[in-house]
Amino acid sequence: MLLLGESGAGKSTLLRALSGVLADDEGEREGSMLVDGQHPAPGRAGLVLQDPDSQLILARVGDDVAFGCENLGVPRDETWRRVHDALEAVGLDVALDRSTSALSGGQKQRLALAGVIAMRPGLILLDEPTANLDPQGVAEVRDAVARVAHTTGATLVVVEHRVAVWHDVVDRVVVLRAGGGAVADGAPGNVLGARGAELAASGVWVPGHPPARPVRRPRPEPTLMLETRDLAIGRSRVAVHDGIDLRVTGGSTLAITGPNGAGKSTLGLTLAGLLPPVGGEVVAAGVLAGGVGRHPIAWRSRQLLTRIGTVFQQPEHQLLTSTVRAELAVGPTALGLSTSEIDARVAALLQRLQLDRLAEANPFTLSGGEKRRLSVATILATRPKVLVLDEPTFGQDSRTWSELLAVLAELVDDGTAIVAITHDLDLVDALADATVTLS
Amino acid sequence: MTAVNPVARLAAAVLLALCLVLTIDWVSATVALALELIAFAFIRMPARVFWLRTLPVWIAAPLTGVTIALYGRSGGAVYLEFAFARVSDGSITLAIATVLRVLAIGLPAVVLFVTIDPTELADGLAQRLRLPARFVLGALAGMRLISLFLEDWRSLELARRARGVADTGRIRRLGGQAFALFVLSIRRGSTLATAMEARGFGAPISRTWARESPWGAREWLVMGAGLAIGLVAITAAVLAGRWNFIVGPL
Repeated sequence: MLLLGESGAGKSTLLRALSGVLADDEGEREGSMLVDGQHPAPGRAGLVLQDPDSQLILARVGDDVAFGCENLGVPRDETWRRVHDALEAVGLDVALDRSTSALSGGQKQRLALAGVIAMRPGLILLDEPTANLDPQGVAEVRDAVARVAHTTGATLVVVEHRVAVWHDVVDRVVVLRAGGGAVADGAPGNVLGARGAELAASGVWVPGHPPARPVRRPRPEPTLMLETRDLAIGRSRVAVHDGIDLRVTGGSTLAITGPNGAGKSTLGLTLAGLLPPVGGEVVAAGVLAGGVGRHPIAWRSRQLLTRIGTVFQQPEHQLLTSTVRAELAVGPTALGLSTSEIDARVAALLQRLQLDRLAEANPFTLSGGEKRRLSVATILATRPKVLVLDEPTFGQDSRTWSELLAVLAELVDDGTAIVAITHDLDLVDALADATVTLS
Repeated sequence: MTAVNPVARLAAAVLLALCLVLTIDWVSATVALALELIAFAFIRMPARVFWLRTLPVWIAAPLTGVTIALYGRSGGAVYLEFAFARVSDGSITLAIATVLRVLAIGLPAVVLFVTIDPTELADGLAQRLRLPARFVLGALAGMRLISLFLEDWRSLELARRARGVADTGRIRRLGGQAFALFVLSIRRGSTLATAMEARGFGAPISRTWARESPWGAREWLVMGAGLAIGLVAITAAVLAGRWNFIVGPL
């Protein structure tokens, strides 16, 4: 069963209640919920969450899968039999003493799934299990889930914005609405046929209802902003990639794609003047440098502001203040702009990225989509000529996706250079003028 | 040594240290150190690993010695005096005894601990010492998050440079960064807690253990060796008339 609904409809809360992890004193409840005719409890239902890193429990693969069995009091021999069966069922063919942190994103999610099915639950609950993964990881996890559901006969409930991923695996779709309960329930074809347009409008990615793509304008002649020469990148002294030669030009979008862990973010941070190259160089053209030296890594923090802006993968990493309005004023203030100019820029951005009603809210309390828009807005406030975005559409529903792409397309059409690190093939398709794939 | 239950290794180091902190004389420390060096020879730890891991102890010991020589209780002939520092016969003797003692306690602790696997230690603490599983496994799983926190911290630092505020006010910025890390770590921690709870952690069921925490003659032997070295050292100090009970009247 695929569980759909706009954000705030209570999908994740429902999954947590079914899995038995909601304590009686958390929030309010009415009515009753029974799993197998009994009160929900771990063991009857298993839950896989979105973030692959935060749900690894133990250091070794075998121990991690065995964790749930131990908690349920399964005898030792039986536990290890189940560990083997579960790993085989999810197709994770690694040694039992393999380090869990050395696995790829798709492997980590299959490991979490194995940990769940080793408990032999009748109900498997998945909360956006593929949201953080590259396309290959998405397929790995989806196929493993389908196989497990088939062989164990367990009931499957999955929450996911991207319907296409699960369309062929599920045989029932339920749509939730905030305060409205289940507003649709039926076979995928029927529900999506009857409510496809409405669902798409509320932000669900429905096949056949693609989100609106930005309208493009004629662009100025491309001008060279940045280029790399025999660049080697890495977070420490060790290069994870070398021999990179690429050009970033104003008025165009360069997409950087590749599997999780290929070094895409490292390349982005190096281009952005935040990480020093391990070898080779990143050279800023005269039009970008404006007389402060050719190497972005040597620029001062303040000098980066009008030249290269970076939007981090996790918006929380770049939030500094306690209100949205103050957050937007940080960059312009660092530039030493006049108060009236700062106010004008902040007001314009609040409106443009639909953050006005949140102006006095604490940035940490915003939803995922709002945080992303805020982190983009904070960078736009200083009008950098080059914009580096790390997974900008990550966690966006189709509605906020369209809005974000419209803003980015407008910037490119005005002559900004965009470097987008992404798994999102729709974004690449809609925006990219050139694509670099790291393997 | 890696095959010995981590709890036994922990206990051996603690027993030895307990004996050696009772006194500050050079006889007991020298005897203990000599016996330990013999014991190390049996462990056959690769020389490179030994020197690399124990390096902090070799650095810390002389530094402690210099401090004690300068500021320790003075007595006998005075060789050097300035400000509050006074190097005398008494403080030099005390310094030598302290250096030997830091080595005698520090070296075996490092050697016993370097190869400890956190999962095996947790298994031992819960299965052998009967510490509450909820506490031990919670701490074990939480430790895994430390590497994520380090990554978060690096990203927070880079992000501040990207926001144009990294040129000045480093101290104040660190405060904000620490707070941001705190917020992020609470979020990660609660996800981990949910994942653990969803796998039945903390359920009112008597828990089983997938891994054995072996305990046999070898474990008793290691603990016995730790205690024996400590007792022999104390006996030697008493026989030599150098016993100097640290908390008693001097």
